[in-house]
Amino acid sequence: MTDLTASSVQSTDVVPARSRFPIHIAVFLAPALAIYTLFSIYPLIDTIRLSLYAGDETGARSFVGLQNFETLLMDPNWSGQFWNALTNNLIFFAIHMVVQNGIGLGLAMLLSLPRLTGGSVYRTLIFLPTMLSVVIIGFIWQLILNPLWGIAPSLLKAVGLGGLFGPWLGQESTALLTVSLISVWQFVGIPMMLIYAALLNIPDDLLDAATVDGAGPFSVFWFVRLPLILPTLGVVSILTFVANFNAFDLIYAIKGALAGPNFSTDILGTFFYRTFFGFQLQVGSPTMGAAVATAMLIIILIGILIYLFGVQRRLQRHTF
Amino acid sequence: MKTLHSKAFRRRAGQLLATASVVAAALAFANAASAQTLTIESWRNDDAEVWNNKIIPAFNKKHPNIKVQFKADPPTEYNAALNARLAGGTAGDLITCRPFDASLDLFKKGNLVSINDVKGIENFSDVAKSAWSTDDGKTTFCMPMASVIHGFVYNKEIFDELKLTPPKTMAEFHAVLDKIKADGKYTPIAMGTADQWEAATMGFQNIGVNYWKGEEGRKALIEGKQKFTDKPYVDTFKELASWAPYMGDGYKAQKYPDTQNLFTLGRAAIYPAGSWDVPIFRKQADFEFDAFAPPVVNAGDKCYISDHTDIALGINAKSQNMEAAKTFLSWLASPEFAEIYANELPGFFPLSKAKVEVKDPVAAKFVGWRGDCESSIRNSYQILSRGTPNLENELWNVSAQVMNGTMKPEEAAKKVEDGLASWYEPHKK
Repeated sequence: MTDLTASSVQSTDVVPARSRFPIHIAVFLAPALAIYTLFSIYPLIDTIRLSLYAGDETGARSFVGLQNFETLLMDPNWSGQFWNALTNNLIFFAIHMVVQNGIGLGLAMLLSLPRLTGGSVYRTLIFLPTMLSVVIIGFIWQLILNPLWGIAPSLLKAVGLGGLFGPWLGQESTALLTVSLISVWQFVGIPMMLIYAALLNIPDDLLDAATVDGAGPFSVFWFVRLPLILPTLGVVSILTFVANFNAFDLIYAIKGALAGPNFSTDILGTFFYRTFFGFQLQVGSPTMGAAVATAMLIIILIGILIYLFGVQRRLQRHTF
Repeated sequence: MKTLHSKAFRRRAGQLLATASVVAAALAFANAASAQTLTIESWRNDDAEVWNNKIIPAFNKKHPNIKVQFKADPPTEYNAALNARLAGGTAGDLITCRPFDASLDLFKKGNLVSINDVKGIENFSDVAKSAWSTDDGKTTFCMPMASVIHGFVYNKEIFDELKLTPPKTMAEFHAVLDKIKADGKYTPIAMGTADQWEAATMGFQNIGVNYWKGEEGRKALIEGKQKFTDKPYVDTFKELASWAPYMGDGYKAQKYPDTQNLFTLGRAAIYPAGSWDVPIFRKQADFEFDAFAPPVVNAGDKCYISDHTDIALGINAKSQNMEAAKTFLSWLASPEFAEIYANELPGFFPLSKAKVEVKDPVAAKFVGWRGDCESSIRNSYQILSRGTPNLENELWNVSAQVMNGTMKPEEAAKKVEDGLASWYEPHKK
């Protein structure tokens, strides 16, 4: 009797479970998939669709194929601005890669020193600007660097270096560098945190073993720690890349949408904003704006593909 | 049985209550609709107080059953925000109109309605209406509200201290600047180029009208009879370039609020102004200030001023309260509104033909120039900023560069002309 029930239970339970569609997977995927589709995939595809249209003055839209992209790349009035924005964006990115991630790495190394006191205080302080609103960051730095009442010129004068000060945010030669460094100051906490976490993951045994083998601090860093955090550095780089090529807010807050002087701080984000929304007397063009947005998407995709196939595949994750 | 009965009763009562509340809500809604509410979209967030405390109450005295709400965005975000709301169908009933193409574009896209039949439109001259009419001048789509006038505001105490008189010609202007610079205590010209528009608007358009003879030059540009490489325009850029040594330390990174503060703190003598600065200076400056018109090139020349049609109000084509909106626009065209607007916001001058007394002495001085000088509007606004590259953006860019010394006046003129000639037929020859 007991045998019978047991076997019958087993048979009714097991057989349908194999043939049934794994509903639980669909159920678990559904919320994320729905939200992603609605708020990310659909707008993205619609933007690409919109970039293939052109609007006339009544607002009616007609399909024009790749004409918007042709204008963007071939018409000197558009391509000049586009290439200028792209070049500036690459410089913006390069400065972040070298300065932001370099300093981030350095700070993470300092924070992971075993005998550091007040580490968590430094960590919080350095991370703090990241959480501030960009508008506040822009406002504070404009005040600091203000040639009329800023603290920077008075500080420099106090130490006898007043002659070094210039209206850095207003000169074509220095504006982009200055804005980039402000952005670096704001976001340096992110690479620091990521790298710090990776450094903490390295087992002490490895470092001790290296030290016993006669490696100095520099060799320990160069031959043991750095290779072990390379995957994290890769992630940091790609995050920086995506963030920089989507950047807009800080430059808009400091230099406005015309990104002066003479478009020297114009990056793809501000260029897109002017094209899509218009500016002062320039009437915005949603279709042309969508073309710029699609171009940005392609540039970011290319960057990510280079990273995925060129860099990430060669990186080895070490598990301990 | 008893319990059953009471249960049914309770259910009935519940239904009744629900119906009643739905009806009440519907009634309240209908009520709200009959006491119509108009929402105004605007970029004048600085003026919200005046609208809420003066203008709307004055309107409600005459039309108590129309409620009006004033909703403003920051000026730089207005165009983008408004376009997004119009596209989404959530924009207000009344839309504050930028002059010329930005509003013409809205009209052509069917977002604004024609107001030719709104009472009060006859109170405005063709020039006043030109900024909000179709190119053929037949249809007007926004009720003109105000214009702004350019000139120079100066610190009277500094002028008295240094025994200076307001200059009438460019030569006198430079003599005054030299004296202030020689004294060394004050910055001669409060102006910065970081925002770029200051250089173009307070600089190029402000003094330029005297060089290109106001409307004469502006129309010649549109017809293609004059080019930006012609003498008047190059001379304007040359004059701007000569201001650099008189401007404050680091003027290249000086923004508009810095400029205003530099002047209101009494550290600068002359401020190339728009009349909209007057109410702000009234509040912030604790010294006496006055204004002089843009100096003419040679003594005895006829003077011109940039009397720029700047702000108007139109009706959202999708508004549910069309009649109420038209009533509001009619009131906007009345002398009563002109009186309130001119005196609560000195520096914005009504465009209607009605005579309005401006009480603020400095603002009155600005508007007084209309009697002695010829009025003109900014030359980049009508038709010429329709193409790519956008003429207004180009003017901002090159004016700032000329003042920064990174571009020669002739180069600036050539760049602007080349840009215009690349798309505008009359300039292609």
